[in-house]
Amino acid sequence: MVDRKLRVMVAKPGLDGHDRGARVLSRCFRDAGFEVIYTGCHQTPEQIATSAIQEDVDLVGLSCLSGAHRYLFPRVVEILKEQGADDITVICGGIIPDQDFKGLYDAGLKAIFTPGTTLDSILDWIRNNVKPR
Amino acid sequence: MYFAQELLDKSSEMRKKWEDEVRKTVSKWPDQRERWSTVSDLEIKRLYGPEDIKDMDFAKDIGYPGQFPYLRGNQVTGYRGKYWTFRMFSGMGSAKDTNERWHLLLKAGQTGLSTAFDFPTLMGYDTDSPKARGECGKCGVAIDTLEDFLVLVDGIPMDQITTSMTINPPATALWAMYCAAAQMKGVPLTKIGGTIQNDMLKEFIAQKTLMCPPEPSVKLISDTVEFGTKFVPRWNTISISGYHIREAGSTAVQELAFTIRDGVEYVDDVIKRKGLPVDEFAPRLSFFFNSHIDFFEEICKLRAARRLWAKLMRDRFGAKDPRSWWMRFHTQTAGCSLTAQQPYNNVVRTATEALAAVLGGTQSLHTNSLDEVWCLPSDHAVQIALRTQQLIAEETGAANTVDPLAGSYFVEALTNEMEEQAWDYIYKIDEMGGMVAAIEKGFPQLEISDAAYKFQQQIDSCEKIMIGVNKYVSEDKGEIPFLEIDDAVETQQIERLAAVRRKRDGKAVKKSLADLKAACKKGENVMPYCIEAVKSLASVQEICDVYRDVYGEYRDPGLY
Repeated sequence: MVDRKLRVMVAKPGLDGHDRGARVLSRCFRDAGFEVIYTGCHQTPEQIATSAIQEDVDLVGLSCLSGAHRYLFPRVVEILKEQGADDITVICGGIIPDQDFKGLYDAGLKAIFTPGTTLDSILDWIRNNVKPR
Repeated sequence: MYFAQELLDKSSEMRKKWEDEVRKTVSKWPDQRERWSTVSDLEIKRLYGPEDIKDMDFAKDIGYPGQFPYLRGNQVTGYRGKYWTFRMFSGMGSAKDTNERWHLLLKAGQTGLSTAFDFPTLMGYDTDSPKARGECGKCGVAIDTLEDFLVLVDGIPMDQITTSMTINPPATALWAMYCAAAQMKGVPLTKIGGTIQNDMLKEFIAQKTLMCPPEPSVKLISDTVEFGTKFVPRWNTISISGYHIREAGSTAVQELAFTIRDGVEYVDDVIKRKGLPVDEFAPRLSFFFNSHIDFFEEICKLRAARRLWAKLMRDRFGAKDPRSWWMRFHTQTAGCSLTAQQPYNNVVRTATEALAAVLGGTQSLHTNSLDEVWCLPSDHAVQIALRTQQLIAEETGAANTVDPLAGSYFVEALTNEMEEQAWDYIYKIDEMGGMVAAIEKGFPQLEISDAAYKFQQQIDSCEKIMIGVNKYVSEDKGEIPFLEIDDAVETQQIERLAAVRRKRDGKAVKKSLADLKAACKKGENVMPYCIEAVKSLASVQEICDVYRDVYGEYRDPGLY
């Protein structure tokens, strides 16, 4: 049996409109052969978790550059857990200072990508760590 | 023709000799790269000469400062009479925090104010909205009601200092607060000066602070233009912005073309909807560009922008007043050119970009701080950024003479090339039925996404270089202190807002909002109603909810 394509959701929680990274990554994931759902900006954590479950994705990539990640990222993981979907891998990127890493990992984020990360290194991480559910 | 035939013949002869030498040299010492191009990937030739600008017409295409087509600047004396305005974009935490920063900047020699609002304010939500959780004061100052605004402008001489406000969907509400605050301080509306960004088209294209659909958004903008023209004559009611288009990943030419085409759309709408003659309002239109790291490309972009706008205003709109032909603009150095790695290098990037903006003839400038990739600027970092401008003005000699690069073969040729490519985009969008129609098709959004993706691939493959990111990478991160906005700001702001809601006259608020709603439904100008609403202490969100209710909400379609 051939593995089905990885289903990936790129999501922008909060009011932040800096979507360059999210758009570039969505294209990169599409070119890499993943099925991509990009939410657009201004999603609440609830909306993101609900669509991730409805769309049956394997991975959610969260992007935020406004500084609100400390609240928004863990909240998405928490809602997924409440809904029994904690097997969806959640990763994140944006302007995230080192001192916030521990809190995010403790909250269940599986990887954090900061400015300067190459597209290939994100793809490598996903291929090594995420399998279709 | 720009040169005498004799000179061109001589040049052609000398060029052949030079080309022979190049061939010999390259066979021994090959070029480091096969292709040389700008940061926007415009290919650049090894050398430019008279033949590259031989078709220019001196009087028509270059001319003199203060004369059509304004390639060489609007001001007859350049920067000799007055430097550009040193205008640092700032806002953080509470209104009180930001007011303190403003006083610090004014004391340090800043000559104009520029307001950064936090995301809830930018999007038209109050701090106590569930959508605002975690964002209060993080990217700028939190303003919910006129009470906050009065704290923000405390001690600011509103009849002397001009203030720019980066505010888009709720622009009517925040401008109404500025007007109300001035009136309460006894400053008449005819005396206040400043700018509201108020450019929604580039929000749909790039920055994504969104509220209502494009059509009613443009209507609200035309309301402000009309109100400003009649009652606040020193105010720039739109700052037609390319900055965010560029930050979203566009090329320099896309920034130039989309911004100017946005401007055309606004002018069209005001003429058609309000029936105002173009010369009555066009002199108060202002622009805002990015200054990215590619030094000459930026200079040429800014020079081309002035010439393009002058031609459009005179030839397409039939404007007669030279002030309508002027493109007046603010510039900000490129946030997206800065790196999180080795952040002290950002001082050098910003200085280079600022110099390009000055050589391009900007009227106003913000220089980014070295720490702005990471956080809002610290007091220390923002002072270095301001000093960068002052140093360019006072020490480098860049302001000695007007448009010093005019006549350079390369600069004029690149200026022409960028203008031509921008016209192609402008005509294409005209054919689509205008910018609103183009946005609905996703055209500018996808053009920008193409460019952003291509650039990232060029960085990943080291075809383009960013020091500290893909070359000269070092383990030493060059750690800098971060300015942190305490999460307590949110709790305090929610309490402040609750106190305002308790003390205000609820009936008066209800009435002012009902009046605003009726005005929206009747298609009246909303500004007088907005001023009444903010005076009754209606909040930013309460005003914006009226718009959402009447005009509907727009959601980011998530194009990539």
